[in-house]
Amino acid sequence: MSNLQIVTTPPGLEGQGFFATNFEKAVGLARANSIWPLPFATSCCGIEFMATMASNYDLGRFGAERISFSPRQADLLMVMGTIAKKMGPVLRQVYLQMAEPRWVIAVGACASSGGIFDTYSVLQGVDKVIPVDVYVPGCPPRPEQIIDGITKIQELVKNEPLRRRNSPEYKALLASYGIE
Amino acid sequence: MSEVNNTFLLNELQFQFADSIYSADEPYGLLTIELDPKQIIPVLNFLKVHPIIHMNFLTDLCGIHYPENKGKELGVIYHLHSFTENIRLRIKCFMPNDEPKIDTITSIYGAANWQERETWDFYGIEFIGHPNLTRILNVDEMDYHPLRKEYPLEDQTRTDKNDNYFGR
Amino acid sequence: MENTLTEFDPSTEYTKLNLGPTHPATHGIFQNILTMDGEIIVEAEQTVGYIHRAFEKIAEHRPFYQITPLTDRLNYCSSPINNMGWHMTVEKLLGLELPKRVDYMRVIIMELARISDHLVCNSVIGVDTGALTGFTYVFQWREKIYDIFEEICGARLTTNIGRIGGLERDFSPACIQKIRDFIKDFPAAFTEFTNLLERNRIFMDRTVGVCPINTERALHYGFTGPNLRATGLDYDVRVMNPYSSYQDFDFTIPVGISGDTYDRFMVRQQEMWESLKIITQALENLPAGKFYAEVPEFYLPPKDDVYNNMEALIWHFKIVMGESEVPKGEVYHSVEGGNGELGFYLVSDGGRSAYRLHFRRPCFIYYQGYPEMIKGTTLSDAIVTMSSMNVIAGELDA
Repeated sequence: MSNLQIVTTPPGLEGQGFFATNFEKAVGLARANSIWPLPFATSCCGIEFMATMASNYDLGRFGAERISFSPRQADLLMVMGTIAKKMGPVLRQVYLQMAEPRWVIAVGACASSGGIFDTYSVLQGVDKVIPVDVYVPGCPPRPEQIIDGITKIQELVKNEPLRRRNSPEYKALLASYGIE
Repeated sequence: MSEVNNTFLLNELQFQFADSIYSADEPYGLLTIELDPKQIIPVLNFLKVHPIIHMNFLTDLCGIHYPENKGKELGVIYHLHSFTENIRLRIKCFMPNDEPKIDTITSIYGAANWQERETWDFYGIEFIGHPNLTRILNVDEMDYHPLRKEYPLEDQTRTDKNDNYFGR
Repeated sequence: MENTLTEFDPSTEYTKLNLGPTHPATHGIFQNILTMDGEIIVEAEQTVGYIHRAFEKIAEHRPFYQITPLTDRLNYCSSPINNMGWHMTVEKLLGLELPKRVDYMRVIIMELARISDHLVCNSVIGVDTGALTGFTYVFQWREKIYDIFEEICGARLTTNIGRIGGLERDFSPACIQKIRDFIKDFPAAFTEFTNLLERNRIFMDRTVGVCPINTERALHYGFTGPNLRATGLDYDVRVMNPYSSYQDFDFTIPVGISGDTYDRFMVRQQEMWESLKIITQALENLPAGKFYAEVPEFYLPPKDDVYNNMEALIWHFKIVMGESEVPKGEVYHSVEGGNGELGFYLVSDGGRSAYRLHFRRPCFIYYQGYPEMIKGTTLSDAIVTMSSMNVIAGELDA
């Protein structure tokens, strides 16, 4: 157990029996290490996600142990696999059902850009319907890459200002997707 | 193995339906006949209940489009398989572009249900008497049949593609 | 007590329940609108096509060798079988004769893929009946199969193994060693998985007699593969129309009796043992020789040769630019995929890409039988049945 790693303490004032830090930092620390992902697995990348969750790679090590299949309780929407045009509205609805703050990760080439399927029936990237925070390339990405994507999301979560979701920039971003 | 082979199968069919079989061929050992689309139900019924051939399994059903074949633009291709005799048969039926209609075979092989819907979705071939002939893979709002040769593969609503990068 | 709720009598009302397209229990994106009488399913209405990617249209625009990556993404649990099936279809069209070694190597790869496919399916049945242990346990072994695939071709899941006319490289000694290790160690681990579920009281209560289908109805709906064999009919393409030298191997086709969920599970379990037998035989008798056929006009030369050898460069150029002579004609070839008869109907007009390519996707065809199977059972049974049928969205919608 000697190489056990715990998260580093954010900068702050420390004294006997107390520790004072920025509220933002404390919240960010807690959020980043207890992400509840919603796997929106449609195809091949979903199988690699299963491998990521399973024993060899074990995503639980990064605090994302609890898979939330209900969008209401999820923090992170993981879009894995091709999103056809028929599926687009469903994806959007799932995103709308999630509570703020919410993050989105597009896993794999199809979710990021349509991938090799430049056809009449495939949505050319999920960022056509919902805002995306992190893109993971690969067709399908290896579990290591998916984990890398998750750690990137953790960085974003950790450093997100508390006011970001109320800022005019964020509102404008959502408005560009037609989301109130 | 029994004496059932392609010759026997073709003879049996020609004995019964000589006028409806337009051509017969054996590409790569698989007997292929071109059939009058009006005769598809009787032929399949005959093959299924035939005491020796016993074509009990519909392997595959798909459409095809030959824009240059005037009067025979659209086709439906059936692959049948007899498990008892281990013999396969391919039946092709061609229809004109302005009236692509053929009888449904769902009453004989239930497996044809979705495959006929797929063929309708892709090629717009109408299966008369089908219980639920609606689009299956594409969105219901789609107003064309995408696998016909005149429609392009790529999404025409894309705006982010610079044709210069693709040599067009 | 007098009933005051006269307008609404729940005992005569049906409930509509929407299952999918994003539902944790459906393992893929299918929608089922269930009409429920209490806990009992009265009717199911299916919607598919949520991941339709227009494979058949793409195939009309790509040269033959570029269709292999598409087949990967059909049934992505066992991509190598799809790859090999496609290569064999083109080889049949071109009339190529392959060395025995290629056949045996392909058989090894395909049977490994079959094991990995069935492992997912069976462990997921365990998950749906409440046993996550089996899933986390056998996934380690799936990773070992992935390691072997990585050693062979460099990819894990969507493998793109092989070429038209052979394989791109020979098995390395490390690869052979990995396969040997797998054959040696897997039985013990798999026996443990078997012990977890096969005679487990809870598991049997949840699966025995659940959603059976008889052979006649199964044939009516076009079932193939393990789902058909679970009903008692021993139809297997590997035996009926042997391809890739399957006739050389000694193996049995396990069949079920009642066609229920337990039988489907057991058929897959037994098939994994049989696959292991086939791999052992193929590895022991692996013939010496070349790992590709001598057909420079169709077999993409190794990259090293392309850079250093003029002739290889010319052939490479010819194949890539589509200048090789392809015969006109039509060919149907089928292989025993993870889920059943995976067929390729290829119509060639002599061009570099197919005029028409149709995939016979077993899932697409047998998933039609699902409403009939779940009628009159409970919701929880319906979910276990869906995972036992191993419906793969990518294959279903193509």
